[in-house]
Amino acid sequence: MTKSSMTTREKVEKSMKRRRAAEQRFRMYGVASVLFGLLCLVVLFGDILSKGTSAFSQTVIETSITLDADYLGLDKNADDQQVRLANFEGLIKQHFKDMVQPDGRKERRQLYSLVSAGASWQLQNMVLNDRSLLGQTIEVALIADDDVDQWFKHDRGHAHNAMLNETQIGWLEQWAEQGILKTRFNTLFFVNGDSREPELAGIRGAITGTFLTLLVTFLLSFPIGVAAAIYLEEFAPKNKITEFVEININNLAAVPSITFGLLGLAIFINIFGVARSTPLVGGLVLTLMTLPTIIISGRAAIKAVPPSIREAALGLGASRVQVVFHHVLPLALPGMLTGTIIGMAQALGETAPLLMIGMVAFVVDVPAFISDPSTVLPVQIFLWSDSPERAFTERTSGAIIVLLGFLVIMNTAAVMLRRRLERRW
Amino acid sequence: MKKALLTGAALLASMVGVSAHAERDYISIVGSSTVYPFSTVVAERFGKSTDFRTPKVESTGSGGGLKLFCNGVGDATPDITNASRAIKQSEIDLCAKNGVTDIIEVTIGFDGISFANSAAAKHMDVTLRDLYLALAKMVPAQDGSETLIANPYKTWKDVNPVLPATKIEVLGPPPTSGTRDAFAELAMEGGCKTFPFIKAMKSADKNKYKAVCHGIREDGAYVEAGENDNLIVQKLVANPDAFGIFGFSFLEQNSDKVQGAAVNGKLPTFDNIADGSYPISRSLYFYVKKAHIGVIPGIEEYLAEFTSERAMGEDGYLADKGMIPLTEDAYADVVKRVKNLTPMAVK
Repeated sequence: MTKSSMTTREKVEKSMKRRRAAEQRFRMYGVASVLFGLLCLVVLFGDILSKGTSAFSQTVIETSITLDADYLGLDKNADDQQVRLANFEGLIKQHFKDMVQPDGRKERRQLYSLVSAGASWQLQNMVLNDRSLLGQTIEVALIADDDVDQWFKHDRGHAHNAMLNETQIGWLEQWAEQGILKTRFNTLFFVNGDSREPELAGIRGAITGTFLTLLVTFLLSFPIGVAAAIYLEEFAPKNKITEFVEININNLAAVPSITFGLLGLAIFINIFGVARSTPLVGGLVLTLMTLPTIIISGRAAIKAVPPSIREAALGLGASRVQVVFHHVLPLALPGMLTGTIIGMAQALGETAPLLMIGMVAFVVDVPAFISDPSTVLPVQIFLWSDSPERAFTERTSGAIIVLLGFLVIMNTAAVMLRRRLERRW
Repeated sequence: MKKALLTGAALLASMVGVSAHAERDYISIVGSSTVYPFSTVVAERFGKSTDFRTPKVESTGSGGGLKLFCNGVGDATPDITNASRAIKQSEIDLCAKNGVTDIIEVTIGFDGISFANSAAAKHMDVTLRDLYLALAKMVPAQDGSETLIANPYKTWKDVNPVLPATKIEVLGPPPTSGTRDAFAELAMEGGCKTFPFIKAMKSADKNKYKAVCHGIREDGAYVEAGENDNLIVQKLVANPDAFGIFGFSFLEQNSDKVQGAAVNGKLPTFDNIADGSYPISRSLYFYVKKAHIGVIPGIEEYLAEFTSERAMGEDGYLADKGMIPLTEDAYADVVKRVKNLTPMAVK
């Protein structure tokens, strides 16, 4: 049988095997790449979660301490200023000295270093809230130093610890056996601002700063973005100029974000004199960055509204503004909001433009207004990852978990919104 | 909804105007990332123990900080800048040009730069000359003639027969870093000038001398590992043959993972850096704009806190954070200058 005598059917059958194999191969490539993506995600999340979850617990030393009114020099009528100046640190040192009976000055210093500098602020706050505690013996869980925290959570039972010596570990083992050394949920991580003591460092300052910055971004970029999208789509004449504007908006969306930071520095700070490191200037810069995203998604949403709706409204005598605001905008709004949320989620994770405008800063006080110095979550993560103290490693991962949580919430909101409100024609 | 958004936007626009003229009531500090960990501790304690607001500390690098600092006088410019090197004449000139004339210089302590490897590897004992020969771009020819050749050394044993035959692989900071500048100046140049003919070059051709002594090889033996010292520590643990260059405070915090090599026979320990016998250590500074004292609240009190015995003293909390305190005389001098707010002498 010669080749030319093969029927079409035979030819097809012959090539069938090869074509099936090609399809199988292609499917396998697809599955492999999806699996690879998932694997990366699992490794990343696994790593962050395994490192970060311990940031949510904190080692404390439970003890009963007498708030000696004479030692502190306070009476029940002491005002806040007097309480702030009182020597709570000395009281704590005295307490532990009596408890352990250290030998000599060196051992005393080693003992004192086991308790966090925050412990005296703890007692101070308790007295500030309730003067009647003075003179009483109270049960408190004093925050342990970060080195103790790391030892108790990770290194206990292992041979070597860099920061504690034999004597200190001896005391700690004893306390652990007595059950006064324990871990509890790390509330401070959520209520404190930044601190140089890892055991006192928290993300509330960064979260508030993020919120204020995003608020400014939203208030500016949403109205401007929507207005620009409506004008370009519904009113602007189609000519060279609008085409030029359109190309440039698309280009802006692809500009590296650090450029916006430089622009912000040059214009908002140097020319208009907006204060550095504030959510206001951060929001202004991020507005520049998110605007193109909002305009592009807004225009797409408006385009998706069928022309028949516009024509029907026009036919019934509505003006063009009425058409837009009564019919087109309500129908396009879900799509616009989705685009806005995605743009905001992008802004939430941004650090590069903020480097230039001074938001990479150590800020302890939780910002109260958009003109207070503040930082944002991704910057906080960056700053902690660069800190020498070992305990900041887990806090870095802890903050990443919180940031990822916010991102997931925002993206889910965008998807839900689209599902709920989107109409198909 | 729309109306609310519009009023919000209008409010914001007016805020921009208002905030531009609002008086700043907190101290603004910028500058070196090496001084940042110390400056922030003081700022935090200062904020907690006084009625003043906690100062804002930005980490911009020494050069970036001085540039901002010298930008002018007024509450839009920082009050204090940290530096891991002394201010340069060009920067003093820039300051003067912008009206910043009275600058108070405060030396706060020392920082040692450690040359370290994994604690699991063999401990190293190197000299500055070894470091120079291992890391420089150009080194003297091995035949003893006074010519410079591209660095031919592949292993530590090639550099010095007493060292092990492991490949030279050093992780260090990039050129933008103050740590890199200090390493080049103290370690590389220190080893470089042990060759008499290069030393002679200093007076003859200063630029060439600097190029020879500060030039770090680019053939892969020196790996720029970014500014993050924690990253370098992690990489050293993973690779026992590699060495890293980073600040003493990171060595101290990770002494179970990495060990510092002895340089010229001296280990990078607290005592050796404090008495100056460890060769790779530098001074840390900050600079204060005198014109802002009395205008921005709390600067004088911040200076008092920073230079107090409990902060900068031998047993102070800055020493706990890894800063090496000044000698007693130098400390007394700093305290006196801060108390009298003595500005730097104008050259």
